[in-house]
Amino acid sequence: DMSLAKQSTDYFVTLYTKQPSADGFGNNNANDGRVLSASPGSSSSTGSNKQTAAVTPEDQQTLLAVLQFLKKNKLSESVEILRREAGLPENSLDPKANESAGAGSGGAAGIVDLEGGDASSLLSRVTGSSSAGAQAPTKGTVQSGCSAVAEDQPDVSVVLSAYSQQGDPTLYKVYYRDLKKFIETVLDCHRAELSQVFYPLFVHMYLELVYNNHESEAKAFFEKFSGDQECYYEEDLRILSGLTKKEHMRGNETLLDFRTSKFVLRISRDSYQLLKRHLQERQNNQIWNIIQEHLYIDIFDGMPRSKSQIDAMSGSLAGEAKREANKTKVYYGLLKEPEIELPLDDEDEEAENEEGKPKKKKPKKDSVGSKSKKQDPNAPSQNRIPLPELKDSDKLDKIMYMKEATKRIRLGPDNLPSVCFYTFLNAYQGLTAVDLTDDSSLIAGGFADSTVRVWSVTPKKLRKVKSAADLNLIDKESDDVLERIMDEKTASESKIMYGHSGPVYGISFSPDRNYLLSSSEDGTVRLWSLLTFTCLVAYKGHNYPVWDTQFSPYGYYFVSGGHDRVARLWATDHYQPLRIFSGHLADITCTRFHPNSNYVATGSSDRTIRLWDVLSGNCVRIFTGHKGPIHSLAFSPNGKFLASGATDGRVLLWDIGHGLMVGELKGHTDTIYSLRFSRDGEILASGSMDNTVRLWDAMKAFDDLETDDFTAATGHIHLQDNSQELLLGTYTTKSTPVIHLHFTRRNLLLAAGAFNP
Amino acid sequence: MADREERRFAEVSRESVRLMAEGAGVELGDDVAALLAEDVCYRLREATQSSSQFMRHAKRRKLTVEDFNRALRWSNVEAICGYGAQDALPFRSVKEGELFFVEDRDVNLVELALATNIPKGCAETMVRVNVSYLDGKGNLEPQGTVPTAVQSLSDDLLKYYQQITRAILGEDPHLMKVALLDLQSNSKIAALLPYFVYVISGVKSVSHDLEQLNRLMHMVKSLVQNPYLYLGSYVRSLVSSVMYCILEPLAASINPLNDHWTLRDYAALLLSHIFWTHGDLVSGLYHQILLSLQKVLSDPVRPLCSHYGAVVGLHALGWKAVERVLFPHLPAYWANLQAVLDDYSVSNAQVKADGHKVYGAILVAVERLLKMKALSLSQSAEGQSGAHPGSVVGAVSYRVNSPGLSPPPEPLSEAALGIASHLQVGGAGCHWEEWTPVPLPAMYCELYSFFGDSLAVRFSTGTGFGTHSPCTPSQLGDSRKEPPGPASNLDTTRKMPQLTANLNISPRQDGSPRTDPPPPTTRGAPRSAGLSREVFPKARFTSPQTTPPAFSFLIGGRQMGQRCQGRRPFQTMFATTPPVSAIPPRTYAHKLPVIGRVGKPVRRWTCSHYSLHLPL
Repeated sequence: DMSLAKQSTDYFVTLYTKQPSADGFGNNNANDGRVLSASPGSSSSTGSNKQTAAVTPEDQQTLLAVLQFLKKNKLSESVEILRREAGLPENSLDPKANESAGAGSGGAAGIVDLEGGDASSLLSRVTGSSSAGAQAPTKGTVQSGCSAVAEDQPDVSVVLSAYSQQGDPTLYKVYYRDLKKFIETVLDCHRAELSQVFYPLFVHMYLELVYNNHESEAKAFFEKFSGDQECYYEEDLRILSGLTKKEHMRGNETLLDFRTSKFVLRISRDSYQLLKRHLQERQNNQIWNIIQEHLYIDIFDGMPRSKSQIDAMSGSLAGEAKREANKTKVYYGLLKEPEIELPLDDEDEEAENEEGKPKKKKPKKDSVGSKSKKQDPNAPSQNRIPLPELKDSDKLDKIMYMKEATKRIRLGPDNLPSVCFYTFLNAYQGLTAVDLTDDSSLIAGGFADSTVRVWSVTPKKLRKVKSAADLNLIDKESDDVLERIMDEKTASESKIMYGHSGPVYGISFSPDRNYLLSSSEDGTVRLWSLLTFTCLVAYKGHNYPVWDTQFSPYGYYFVSGGHDRVARLWATDHYQPLRIFSGHLADITCTRFHPNSNYVATGSSDRTIRLWDVLSGNCVRIFTGHKGPIHSLAFSPNGKFLASGATDGRVLLWDIGHGLMVGELKGHTDTIYSLRFSRDGEILASGSMDNTVRLWDAMKAFDDLETDDFTAATGHIHLQDNSQELLLGTYTTKSTPVIHLHFTRRNLLLAAGAFNP
Repeated sequence: MADREERRFAEVSRESVRLMAEGAGVELGDDVAALLAEDVCYRLREATQSSSQFMRHAKRRKLTVEDFNRALRWSNVEAICGYGAQDALPFRSVKEGELFFVEDRDVNLVELALATNIPKGCAETMVRVNVSYLDGKGNLEPQGTVPTAVQSLSDDLLKYYQQITRAILGEDPHLMKVALLDLQSNSKIAALLPYFVYVISGVKSVSHDLEQLNRLMHMVKSLVQNPYLYLGSYVRSLVSSVMYCILEPLAASINPLNDHWTLRDYAALLLSHIFWTHGDLVSGLYHQILLSLQKVLSDPVRPLCSHYGAVVGLHALGWKAVERVLFPHLPAYWANLQAVLDDYSVSNAQVKADGHKVYGAILVAVERLLKMKALSLSQSAEGQSGAHPGSVVGAVSYRVNSPGLSPPPEPLSEAALGIASHLQVGGAGCHWEEWTPVPLPAMYCELYSFFGDSLAVRFSTGTGFGTHSPCTPSQLGDSRKEPPGPASNLDTTRKMPQLTANLNISPRQDGSPRTDPPPPTTRGAPRSAGLSREVFPKARFTSPQTTPPAFSFLIGGRQMGQRCQGRRPFQTMFATTPPVSAIPPRTYAHKLPVIGRVGKPVRRWTCSHYSLHLPL
């Protein structure tokens, strides 16, 4: 898989150039006062060791490709280091020696399984030898399984040879028309299924013509048949129509992916047989070859699907997900909450519930929690991935949370939430991202002028910690030391943090409210301290704009995704990513952690959503069905469902356990930039560019669809068109696009956006 | 390339590429240029496509130059500079060279650097929260935009604003006076203007409280008089608030004890003041005002106090407004008023009193109209100093299509009367009905038909008659015709009793009338016989005059211009010296107490005949 190889080489090269600065930040990181005993690798080795135990010949090939690329670009030193590290013989780049190198692929076992290894050793290795650092991403890229298998020769340009076969260019039209005629004459039940092949065939035939320099034929072909394609491919067709020269194909990443990854179609066995028979009868080898080489036909037994069923699932850049891609077991259950004793002598509690003792008991009972007492069968084991231990302050916060939760309003169709709107005024520089802390006390905005601003939305002002000299003077033993370390003189309603050199596209508070993450166009993710309001670390790894980032619900870990089409999992105290999730065919536009922190969902402009296992780095779910880039994701609080919103203005609901689409919510007229479930999951709120917030009956949407076994087995869903029933309310703003939504702990809906006069 | 007509994209032509190459000192072959052009197009499209994702992630709808530059930068192409301005760049063409270029003005850096006026209003980015929907309930319609000035006010300004509004709307009259004075002279309150305007627009909510309305009107006056304030488009808002006080049937009017009349008078004065001082800020304001006044006037459903407001409003706007709106409406309106005034029932007493108010207002307005018109005529006649005696009428009947975007200042004071003729400024874009003024005699005649002597008295005492030579029919030249005969066509007689003594109606002349300037095509539509009856259903007609007039002349004019397609001429024959005995009993005139000028008893009714020769 050369596109991946290319990415990794890019990565490799930049790592070399950026190493010193990264080191600097590493040290900085070490100075960070936060100490966490858990490190991600320490207990996760079991899962990933298996996979990386043996280096397959494919990996070997990829390595050679990387070496070839480096050599070609005269990075001889890098070549040398990588070669030595991989244990390849000196002449491995000699084409003649390829055979032998491939045969002796055991030598490549020198690629140490860094991911499985202990994190501390990873850290030491990374800082110790820079080449090892370079290895990790290479490894991760290759390893993150579900992408297409690498079968290429070790030269990047050879990827294009996929289209080297020559047919008579004038006959392409005839072939296509012939097939079209055939499909139009088959029985209705097969027609819809077979029509799926039109689009990929059309694209590949067109590209083949372009590749072989038949420009005018290609144009004529496009002219003739582009109108037949489904309307949701319009965007791709527009890109395609601009591309008429072989030279242009080379630089176009979208098309590179289209060629190198197989377009996946689901077709029933009967329909497939029909098609196959027809093509063989007509000796239509041109088309047959394309189907063989570039299409992956996922054949199933049973009734052919209807047009609406197909339309619901198609629309992504690379067709539908293969069925087996969604078969892996996903532990979507929630982790057991740590049991926290509510202090009985709580003054507030007493003050509030003066009159009766029974009330006092109630919150305590809740704190132990009926559901958290028993382990959810669908939940991952408590230590599947290592999580940071709770600090005292975290426990206090949990107590606060539970107290608030007892005052939570139960929402429903008859009891809609109140909406408060946080309007950013005078945001002429452009508001690009917003986040609120879980307790709704702080709001942060990322701006196009590279700044990050934090506001306190409570009367409590933002204060910095005193300078080191002043800190020396305070009495460390006093009870209110945490209060004493703060510098009253710095108290203000808002703070501005400078550091990025490009628009800030993603922003996320840590659950403990001590940190803030921001991702920017400058390719970095920065960690800011909300105690000093300074930057602690700049995580460099994405070499392109980073579109989104988010903290894990348990803190410590965070995920980022960007233009380089990979998502990275980081820990705040490592300046290298712990996992690299690769597989998307286009930019990763949004990233979200599962409530149990064991999974990460990413949305992409290839119009798919992928769910990644944090432990193994594997892609465990691929959801297709959106017709535009996905810009918002939200997990339901119980972890069972995922909601996604895209530029097509639709919200899709997914059952994570079954890997199925379970709902479609139509109503918005513009890109949906924010989605949020209410605290108990009864209501889904969606905020959009169309200046509205819409509330949907999530309970009903999920209840109506207790999935039957057949649907679960085949993945063929019947979506009801019940958007109107599920829509509980549409709330308009005053010419303010809604870019963030948040339910407070008591279920008050907060929305945020910048006023655009 | 054959299918040039079927372009899917903007293309850079090979000629452009060759030109650019020449600019860089390179000669390109045709095929090379074509290839390059195609490649350039592709690269541009590619960059545009990738720039769109920067827009999407910035959560914007508008693609900016910045987005495009980012895309260029990420594909290792130099960004283009100098296009990031917020304003549109003017695109110019040079005809000779068929060149297009973007205008690029020099920026004087020294001036910029040393400029002392640091731009204000760079307001701090901030977050404000408001509860938009309570329990999911709220206004479901889009709420439009938030107030135009969202920038925050400094604490001082805010305090000032609170103090001022509290003082003006508060109890203490002395405080109010101080506040109003300050509002009138403070030079630093520009930022507060929207807020004050907003407060003033609250007239609708206090329409029950005359006192508050008065105070708000005073506030308007102070704002208008403040020389440091640029009212801009807020004029419109102010005007609409003032108009509200003039025209609306205020809740305060329900109680007859409330003197809402004074408020209306004051507001009308204010309106004219705003208009004369700030009318140029809003294009078409004059017409909008006139139209709305006219609408109220022609709406019989409206209460009389609204009508009163419309009349005083017109009066305040100047005699030309009266001439254009009130005068043409008078015949139609008269009937209604007459009906009210004729009703002697007890239940009608209040309405009748209101009717008298309106009557008085109209009377004042039309008298001023007559007076001013006469004055302007005489002055213009003087100006022409008898160069062409026959042109006198022509000078009157200039056409005013529309006063144009900025209505020229009409004379308020008599001293400024000379500029009346400037009114002819043709205006574009105004949909004002083409309109030709009625010559003075016709106007007087018509008005006299309504008001009888109460009008004449006032008129005659207005200007000094002796200064002008009396008009004789001969002076009017061929523009006047001798009446063919007395009263042969009763159908077209004006049916107001007082007039019948003085008035003979001549049959309509065939052929085109003479006095009025073009366009003649719109004239000459035969007057429908029944029209006058429709208009004055209540008017009773008494017998025609008994004595033939000594001499008479015809006045061409129009009637009911607002309602008819074209102008329908009517010709009136006047007796310049009606015999005293000829005057029939004024069946209606005597019913109308002369409101508003009780102190001035009707003087000699005979004076009426002066009026005919004096202005002409």
